Amino acid sequence: MTNITSRHEGAAGDLTARALREALYAGLISLGLFVLFVGLKSDQNIRNELILVPRWGLLAIFVVIAMVGRFLMIAYLQPFLASQKVVNAATGMLPDSMASRFFRLPFFIAAVVVSAVMIAAARGLPDNIAAYATIIRGLAIIYSLACLFYMFRIFITTHFTVLAVAALVLYPIVIVAIFGAQGSLKWVDNFGIQILIYVMLAWGLNIVVGLAGLLDLGYVAFYAVGAYSYALLSSTFGLSFWVLLPMAGILAAFWGMILGFPVLRLRGDYLAIVTLAFGEIIRLVLLNWAEVTNGAAGISGVAKASVFGIWSFDVSAPNNFAKAFGLPMSSAYYKIFLFYLILALALLTAFVTVRLRRMPIGRAWEALREDEIACRSLGINTVTTKLTAFAIGAMFGGFAGSFFAARQGFVSPESFVFLESAVILAIVVLGGMGSLVGIAVAAAVMVGGTEILRELEFLKHIFGPDFTPELYRMLLFGIAMVVVMVWKPRGFVGSREPTAFLHERKAVSGSFTKEGHG
Amino acid sequence: MEYFIQQLVNGLTLGSIYGMIAIGYTMVYGIIGMINFAHGDIFMLGGFAALIVFLILTGLFAGIPVVVALLIMLIVAMLMAGLWNWTIEKVAYRPLRGSFRLAPLITAIGMSIALSNFIQVTQGPRNKPIPPLVSSVYNVFGISISLKQIIIILITVVLLSVFWYIVHRTPLGRAQRATEQDRKMAALLGVDVDRTISVTFVMGAALAAVAGTMYLMYYGVVVFTDGFIPGVKAFTAAVLGGIGSLPGAVLGGLLIGLIESLWSAYFTIAYKDVATFSILAIVLIFKPSGILGRPEVEKV
Repeated sequence: MTNITSRHEGAAGDLTARALREALYAGLISLGLFVLFVGLKSDQNIRNELILVPRWGLLAIFVVIAMVGRFLMIAYLQPFLASQKVVNAATGMLPDSMASRFFRLPFFIAAVVVSAVMIAAARGLPDNIAAYATIIRGLAIIYSLACLFYMFRIFITTHFTVLAVAALVLYPIVIVAIFGAQGSLKWVDNFGIQILIYVMLAWGLNIVVGLAGLLDLGYVAFYAVGAYSYALLSSTFGLSFWVLLPMAGILAAFWGMILGFPVLRLRGDYLAIVTLAFGEIIRLVLLNWAEVTNGAAGISGVAKASVFGIWSFDVSAPNNFAKAFGLPMSSAYYKIFLFYLILALALLTAFVTVRLRRMPIGRAWEALREDEIACRSLGINTVTTKLTAFAIGAMFGGFAGSFFAARQGFVSPESFVFLESAVILAIVVLGGMGSLVGIAVAAAVMVGGTEILRELEFLKHIFGPDFTPELYRMLLFGIAMVVVMVWKPRGFVGSREPTAFLHERKAVSGSFTKEGHG
Repeated sequence: MEYFIQQLVNGLTLGSIYGMIAIGYTMVYGIIGMINFAHGDIFMLGGFAALIVFLILTGLFAGIPVVVALLIMLIVAMLMAGLWNWTIEKVAYRPLRGSFRLAPLITAIGMSIALSNFIQVTQGPRNKPIPPLVSSVYNVFGISISLKQIIIILITVVLLSVFWYIVHRTPLGRAQRATEQDRKMAALLGVDVDRTISVTFVMGAALAAVAGTMYLMYYGVVVFTDGFIPGVKAFTAAVLGGIGSLPGAVLGGLLIGLIESLWSAYFTIAYKDVATFSILAIVLIFKPSGILGRPEVEKV
C-alpha cells in the first residue's frame, strides 16, 4: 500500500519536474524567437531614420506566457485528457461525452445569471473595470449559447436546414427591431453580407475543390472577372444588375474553361501552383492595363443593384425605394436588400450543388476526386468532367463578384489578391471539404470572428489607447488556420454523407475519403 | 552590348538571391513532398532580423567595420530564421505528416499569413529603409559593377559550396539524401528521420535568411509583404530547374533572375511579374519535371 502511494507521489514529482523542464525549454525557445522581433521595434524618428525602441516588458510577457502555457499543458492538461480517456472507457461513454460534462444545466444557469448581472452592472462602472465586465459578459453569453446548442443538438441537427434558413431570413428584421434602421447597418453589412459573400465563394470553390478534388488557389480570379465585368459593362453600356448578373456568371465560367483547359493534365500541388499563377496574372493584368481597368485606382461609382428595376436605391431616382414606400431616407434598406440578395444567391449555390451531386456529372466529380485512373478506365470523360467543375465553380465566383461590385460601388485590384484565394480555400478545407454545412460554419467562425475584432473597442481600456484590435485580424486568421488544421485536419465536419450507397446510407469518416489528385 | 552585359550582371545578382531561396523550397519538397508556402516569409523574417541587428550594431558601435557588421548580420539572421523554421516545422507541420496531402499545404499558407502579419504587428507596416552599407562601384570595360553585387555573388558561391559539401560529403547529407529517396527505408536503416527533416528545414531557412540579408543590402529596404513575390519567384525557380534537384534550384534561380532583368530592360517593367508567373505556368504544364528534375513516375 505504502509502495503504491509513494510510487504515485514519485510519478507526480517526475511529472512536475518534467513540466518545469519543458517550460524552461519553451521559455528559452520563445525568448530566441521573439527577442529581436518583439523585444525591439524598428521605428522612424523625426528625421526619418530608423531607430530601435526596446520593449523588454512585452518580451517578458511573451516568454512568461509560453512558459506557463507549456507548464500547465504538461502538468495538468495532458494528464487530465489521459484520465478522461480512462473515464470514458470505464463508463462506456463516447469520446464526445467530454462535452456533456462541460455543458451542464447548473453551469448554464450560472452563466445566464452572470451575463445578466454584468449587463446590469456595466452601466455604473468606470471604463476600465467595465471593460473586464464586458469580457466576462461576452464569455458567459458565448457559453450559454453553446449550452443551448448542445442541449437542443438533436433537434437542431435534424432540422438544421430549415432552422438555418429561417434564422437567416429573420436576421435583418430582428436586427432592425433591436437596433433601429441606422444601427442595423453594421450588423447587416459587416456581419451578414460579409459572411454570406464568403459562404457563397466557399460553396462555389467547394464544387472545384471539395467535389471534383481539383485544388484551386486562384479562385479569386473568377471573383475578379465577375466584379470587373459588372463594373465595366454597367458603366460603359448602362446595363442593369439583373442583366449583368448572369452575364458575369457566364463570363467567369468562360474564363474558368480557358484557365481550366491548360491544367487538365496537372495534379495535386502543381495544379494549385498553376492556378495561383493564373490568379496572379489576372490581377496583374487588371492592375497594369490602365486604359481599360483604370489600374490601381480602380473603377468607382459602380451602379447599385435595383429591386428588379421596379424600385431603385439611387437617392435621386424618382422610383427610390424609400420614397415609394414613404419611409425616411436611409442607406439601411439597400443593405437589407443586398443581404437578401446574397442570401438567395448563396442558397442557389447550395441548391445547385446538392442537386448536381445526385446527377451523373456530380457522381463523376466525386469519382474523379477519389481516383482519376479508375475513373478513366470506367469510361468517364475526365476532360469534360474537369472543365464543367471549373466552369460551374467559376460561374458562382462570377455571381459573387458582380454582387461584390454592386455592394461596394467600387472595384480595384486590391480586393483580389492571393490572400483572398487563400482565405476562401481555408474556409473550404477547415469546414470539411464537400460539406456545405461545415463550410458555412467555418465561414461564420473565421470571417465573423475576425470581424468581431473591430468591435472590441473596450479592449483599449485594458491595453491602452494605442491598441487597435483589427490589426491582429489576419494574424489571428493565419494562426487559426494552423491551429484548426493541426487539431482537426478533416475540418469542422469531418464526415460525409455518401450520395451513392448500397442498401443503407452510412456516414463515412472524412479520413476515408481522399483529397484530389486530379 | 554593354547594356546587355550590364543587365546580365544585374540578373545574376538577383538570380543568386532567388537561387538561395529556391534551395529551401526544393529540399523540403524533395524530402517530404510538401510545398512550404511559408518559406518566402522566412526569407522576409531573415531580412528583418538582419535589419534589426544592423540597427543594434550601428547604435552601439558607431564605427564598426562593414565586413564585421555584415558577418554578424548574416550569422544572426541565419540562426534566427533557422530557429523559426525549426519551431514552425515542429509545431505546425510535423503533426500533419501522416495526414492527407492538402493538409500541410493549407497549414503552410496559414503560417505564411501568420508570419507576415506577425511582422506587421510587431515591426509596423511601413517600409524600413537603411542607409547603404557598401556603395563603391567599379567600372570594368564600361560596365558598372557595384561592390554589393560582387559580395552577393561571392557569398552565394561560398555558401553553395559549403552546402554542396554538407549534402554530398557528410553523414548528415547522406541521411538527408536517403530520407529523400525513401523515408520508411531510411528509418528502418537507422536514420533519425525526424531529426533529418528538422535539419533540412533549418538549413533551408538559413539559406533563405542569407538571401534576406542580401536582399536588404541590395535594395536597402525591407517590408513585411516582401515574402510573397520573391517567394513565388523562388518557387518558380525551383520548378523551372526541376523541383527536388539542388543544382536545378540554383540554375532556375539564375535563369529567373536573368529573365526578370532582361524583360525589365527590353520590354515593359510593369509586366515583369506576369512574365515570371507565365513561366511558372508554362513549365508546370509542359515540362513539370523542369530542366534537371527526374520525371515523376506514377504508380497505380
